[in-house]
Amino acid sequence: MNRTSPLFSRGAWAMLAACTLAAVLLPVLHLALPDSHPLHVSGYALGLVGKFMCYALAALALDLVWGYTGILSLGHGLFFALGAYAHGMYLMRAIGRDGSYGSALPDFMVFLDWKAYPWYWSFTEHFWYCMLLVVLVPGLVAFVFGWFAFRSRIKGVYFSIITQAMTYACMLLFFRNDTGFGGNNGFTDFRRILGHSISAPATRIALYLLTLALLVGALLLCRAIVRSKLGRVLQGVRDAEARLMFIGYDPLAFKLFVWTLSAVLCAIAGALYVPQVGIVNPSEMSPANSIEMVVWVAIGGRGTLVGPILGAFAVNGLKSWFTAAFPDLWLFALGLLFILVTLFMRHGILGVLPAIRRLLPFGRAPATREEAA
Amino acid sequence: MKPIFKHLLVALSLCIPLLSHAALDPALLQPLAGDDPDARVAAVARIAATGGADARQVLQALLDDALVAAPSGQVLIVRDDRAVDAATGSAAAVPDGADGIVVNNRLRGAAQAALSGLALLAPEPDTRRAAVGALRTQDADPAQAPLLRQALARETDADIRTQLAQLLARADLGSSDPVRRKAAVVALADSGDASQRPQLQALLAQNPDGTYAEPDAALRAAAGTALRAIDGRVTRNEIVGNLFYGVSLGSVLLLAALGLAITFGLMGIINMAHGELLMIGAYTTYVCQSLFRHYLPGATDWYLAAALPAAFCVAFAVGVALERSVIRWLYGRPLETLLATWGISLMLMQAVRTVFGAQNVEVANPAWMSGGVTVLGSLVLPYNRIAIIAFAAIVVAAVWLVLNRTRLGLFVRAVMQNRRMADCVGVPTGRIDMMTFGLGSGIAGLGGVALSQLGNVGPDLGQSYIVDSFMVVVLGGVGQLAGTVLGALGLGEINKFLEPLAGAVMAKILILVFIIVFIQRRPQGLFALKGRSVE
Repeated sequence: MNRTSPLFSRGAWAMLAACTLAAVLLPVLHLALPDSHPLHVSGYALGLVGKFMCYALAALALDLVWGYTGILSLGHGLFFALGAYAHGMYLMRAIGRDGSYGSALPDFMVFLDWKAYPWYWSFTEHFWYCMLLVVLVPGLVAFVFGWFAFRSRIKGVYFSIITQAMTYACMLLFFRNDTGFGGNNGFTDFRRILGHSISAPATRIALYLLTLALLVGALLLCRAIVRSKLGRVLQGVRDAEARLMFIGYDPLAFKLFVWTLSAVLCAIAGALYVPQVGIVNPSEMSPANSIEMVVWVAIGGRGTLVGPILGAFAVNGLKSWFTAAFPDLWLFALGLLFILVTLFMRHGILGVLPAIRRLLPFGRAPATREEAA
Repeated sequence: MKPIFKHLLVALSLCIPLLSHAALDPALLQPLAGDDPDARVAAVARIAATGGADARQVLQALLDDALVAAPSGQVLIVRDDRAVDAATGSAAAVPDGADGIVVNNRLRGAAQAALSGLALLAPEPDTRRAAVGALRTQDADPAQAPLLRQALARETDADIRTQLAQLLARADLGSSDPVRRKAAVVALADSGDASQRPQLQALLAQNPDGTYAEPDAALRAAAGTALRAIDGRVTRNEIVGNLFYGVSLGSVLLLAALGLAITFGLMGIINMAHGELLMIGAYTTYVCQSLFRHYLPGATDWYLAAALPAAFCVAFAVGVALERSVIRWLYGRPLETLLATWGISLMLMQAVRTVFGAQNVEVANPAWMSGGVTVLGSLVLPYNRIAIIAFAAIVVAAVWLVLNRTRLGLFVRAVMQNRRMADCVGVPTGRIDMMTFGLGSGIAGLGGVALSQLGNVGPDLGQSYIVDSFMVVVLGGVGQLAGTVLGALGLGEINKFLEPLAGAVMAKILILVFIIVFIQRRPQGLFALKGRSVE
């Protein structure tokens, strides 16, 4: 594969364009068609797709570290939640005096009888500053954590367990009222963003389109990274770290880069998630949430970038349907999905597709996969 | 009420040597039926002074509004439509015109005070113990001293004696005799009882005019020493208490993590369903308890004897089923194992929710486990915690024996150290894997039984222990039984000593941070495996 080759094959470009177009079309259908029209997309469905795109972005970020670098993180929910909280701080400030107590402070601070914002809330009334926090705080946390972990060459399962402990510890921390982030209720009751009502259709569609743009952009960025020489080294870390070190590479910098980048992407997903869903609380940091993210990647097919996006949509679509239709069975279904995918679909959905194509009489040979087992 | 009490006690103590079992003199009883309030109170005092069982009966009847006066002056006790003569105790008919004796508050107070004083001299140790307990809750009164001194002289029970001596010392602090006061201070210092602190503190207090409440300087110094002694004891008790609860928490963690030390430590399987195996053990305990309640109500206290083997077997069976159906296909792929077992854990939790409901179920301690033993004066060590510490020690010993003294253990270690070589010399590695995983699961089931005795049993029980369990195993060092024990006890102790300083949640967070930092420094845990098998 030479370096001047395009990011995607022509067919893949067409597919990507078609999907993007379809996603853009949804809000158009929502606005242009009357409620009674069979092709009308409800606001609920639009919100759901917007939410799924945030999940997909998080899954994409996770695939970058797990699929391509072989670092399984069970703590990406923390970065997602940190991004969400950072944006949530701005949204809380934007409520102004419209809270139930009519105070300039958020309701939970009034409730705790706090008289002023704690120091770490300073400047959060500025949107740009919070956006900076969205990127910097999770990035810094990931960098520091990763630096310690990778420097002492913690890897494999140990790393996974420590990341789980990390997100668990932070969840406990954020559950405390004294931490200053709303305790177990977290942030909610947002009113407006940048002066626009947060529940207005126009705002929601703007957020939707922004999420879509960032998702596509992140996909292209990740694709560019994994196809670059840097990406080759990352896959070397995944497949034979010791050999890579003997050749003369120091894996620390590579791992640290991809780990931090992944955390930042995940945080951006969280920041996009919070205005669309309207709430963030510490349960986002629960170990179970992070593991669910891993499942999206595993089901879609790790080490494919597109797969995790499909996986996030598939699993969450299934979840929405199941929890409405058979609420008691969802955990059985999810558990079974975990087991079946790990036992029988090592390459996820994308691993199954070529196999099916091979069975069809007019199928072509599958494209070369750059992923080793 | 105080003066009455005082008089009564003085009267009582004077009459103690005259105690007799003769029937009461009817003349003593008669004033009770009269109208003169002072005479009635005096009558109560005189009745109490006889000190016998009859006196107690009459006073109790007075309090219960069960005394009836006949026009003849005879006083009767009427209970459940049966009347007895209060003076002689013989059955009697209730004459016409008999009238209930009205008890006002003053008389009631006098009777109560007299009764509790009498109870100190009662022949039954339980009554005396209750009386001492009641006096401890009241303020010290110097007038009690003579009675207490008498009671102390007659007392045979060592425990009650100690308490009486303390009560006496407390009462003597207010005595006018400096010698007595001094003896009292010394006695209080020896007792080390924190509840006596305010009395000693009061001795050191200064009056507004600058004079001390206690005129004797030497006595004040003695009181200061006594205070320091008490404070020292309180600190020591706190430390001992923290140590005990730390060991207790450590043994809980150990029981939760021991199974994991085998499945993760020896076999390298990341079993995220480990917590659910604990939960299965706890629910098996619940089922055993329900069965015992239903079929053997007389032996309910012994349901644990059935629950232990049952929990081991059920968890063992579940573990073997998991290993054969899912996990064995994933050997050598730890990350996939992690995901698959997480899926299993979700399904097990949901299954339990479907069968038993989402609410917590109630598992009661057997009667012999409730209560506790008091050590060092005021420190209560609950029996259930002691039992669990002992149980953890037994389980660890059993696991060590199985791993080091049996053929199965030999094979387990052989497969762990070199699977291929073990296979070559004829060890059935597949079956050993199954048995080892089953053993780890069964031990988790035993841990579940222990957890059911301490806290809530619900579908989420396992989730709260899974992170802790992994921390213990990782901290202790993989594949090291001693490391797991030390890791669990160390975490328990650190947790309990941090809790008063930082609060429960912050303590937990600090510990997680500590472990994360620790693993950075020593990625192999406390006890690292040495040799070529190390990666």
